[in-house]
Amino acid sequence: MKKNKTTKRILLYIALIIGALVSLFPFYWAAIGATNTSGSMFSQPPTLLPGSMLMENIRNLNESIGIGRVMFNSLFIAVTYTVLALFICTMAAYAFAKFDFKGRNIIFTIFLLSMMVPYHATIIPLFKMMAALNWLNTYQAVILPNLAYPFAIFLMRQNLLAFPTSLIEAARIDGAGEWKIFFRIVLPSMKPALAATAIFLFLYQWNSFLWPLIALSTTDMYTFPVALSTLFGLSRIDYGQVMAGVTIATIPIIIFFLLLQRQFISGMLGSAVK
Amino acid sequence: MKQKTLVPYMFVGPAVILFSIFMAYPIIYSLILSFQSGQGSNLEFTGFDNFQRLLSDDIFITALKNTFILLIVQVPIMIFLALIIANLLNSALLKFKGVFRVSFFLPAVTSLVAYSIIFSIMLMNDGVVNQVIAAVGLDRIPWLSDPFWAKASLVIAMTWRWVGYNMVIFLAGLQNIPEELYEAASMDGASKIRQFFSITIPNLKPVILFTTILSTIGTLQLFDEPFVLTNGGPSDATLTIGMYLYQTGFRFFDFGYASTIAYVIVILIAVMTFIQFKVTGDQE
Repeated sequence: MKKNKTTKRILLYIALIIGALVSLFPFYWAAIGATNTSGSMFSQPPTLLPGSMLMENIRNLNESIGIGRVMFNSLFIAVTYTVLALFICTMAAYAFAKFDFKGRNIIFTIFLLSMMVPYHATIIPLFKMMAALNWLNTYQAVILPNLAYPFAIFLMRQNLLAFPTSLIEAARIDGAGEWKIFFRIVLPSMKPALAATAIFLFLYQWNSFLWPLIALSTTDMYTFPVALSTLFGLSRIDYGQVMAGVTIATIPIIIFFLLLQRQFISGMLGSAVK
Repeated sequence: MKQKTLVPYMFVGPAVILFSIFMAYPIIYSLILSFQSGQGSNLEFTGFDNFQRLLSDDIFITALKNTFILLIVQVPIMIFLALIIANLLNSALLKFKGVFRVSFFLPAVTSLVAYSIIFSIMLMNDGVVNQVIAAVGLDRIPWLSDPFWAKASLVIAMTWRWVGYNMVIFLAGLQNIPEELYEAASMDGASKIRQFFSITIPNLKPVILFTTILSTIGTLQLFDEPFVLTNGGPSDATLTIGMYLYQTGFRFFDFGYASTIAYVIVILIAVMTFIQFKVTGDQE
């Protein structure tokens, strides 16, 4: 019986380790590619170890897309978006979770239903709108459209439902204003949920592709996904450079995720259960 | 008292205003556009012409077929793999759960463009995948240049990207299944595999439904992966409805017809969601 358990454990570890390696290998491959020449990824046998071309690849990449500028665009858009959207969505979620008002259920249902509508159904009118406002190829064209993000509202509402209403009422009796209650009493106890929602929003905006591809038209405004896709569309592709770009675009998000993964996974777990 | 009734509107107001301008208005406007045709801004009402045009549009039919093939093959494989991994990760025998969880989840944080680029480099004719295949003595696979294998490449790449994401959702669901059910089953001598099919799956049904619907919605809108990985090729074998919409709208600037395609996606999503609810039946 004991032996049986040990074999089972070993099999379990083998299966999971193979799975984890498959999961992680593409990251490793991108990092290796970033440090080698374009051809080494296709040499026989392939180069599986880091090479010495990293600086050269980064220099070439910088010449093609301007790493600093693209990094700034991506960070500026994603951070501004995350801060604003988190604020707007949490406020709305608070109203849905803790107030009883006319139209509440209808508005909430419309938000939920809109999650089923594909983004594609909005991009053409959005494009025409941005063109009419002369906002094409600007930061606000990318930041504004999804600030009221239904899934984020839903996620925050689920978490806010658990906040004790009696605390809010007690504060009201003590004469605290509504904003003060929201900022000083409710928000501080929502940190894990806010972190999870913030990661979700940041990932969404950092990785977003189709709309920035349509809305942004000059190299100096491109975000990482758009810049990388133009690099990859050239007739003669420098793979070392491309892999350096992919690696640079991925590292910030991995660090960001590893720092906050505990909250993120628990926040995801929390919302999926309810 | 009067003032207090205004408070909730103050909180919900910004979201409602932004939503109306950037979501509700475009959705309605594109419905109107779907009944118009013309180039750029010279549009006129043409009734159901666009919808009729769809039926005889071979490229659209191809895109529709491709999207459904990807949907029918990829979603079940991914859901099943995610279920198995979630189940293994939930095992009491396992240590370092956190490390495994992060390893499996990491693909889900990478940008769709970045991972599509990595996969297309790995899957090239003399790329690393084919070198491994050749090293074990098998024939190289024309991953990106053969219509069948190009679809297979998309399925593999998408599965890699999304398994971990669904796994986390299943892990959450697993925490809600009472331990006693498994204990009772073990005492009755049910094997682990038997327990998986007769306890785990039935108890996770609502969660499986949820992830299946999300994945269906995602696949029907598929754009980034075929755009980067295969560019719709070879010879439209991986052209999806999402890509066709982009080409129609932003390469040929036929906004009316592109909106019609967008609404086809809306209708397909509504129908598929409805069917999935019906098939799994009952609750919520």
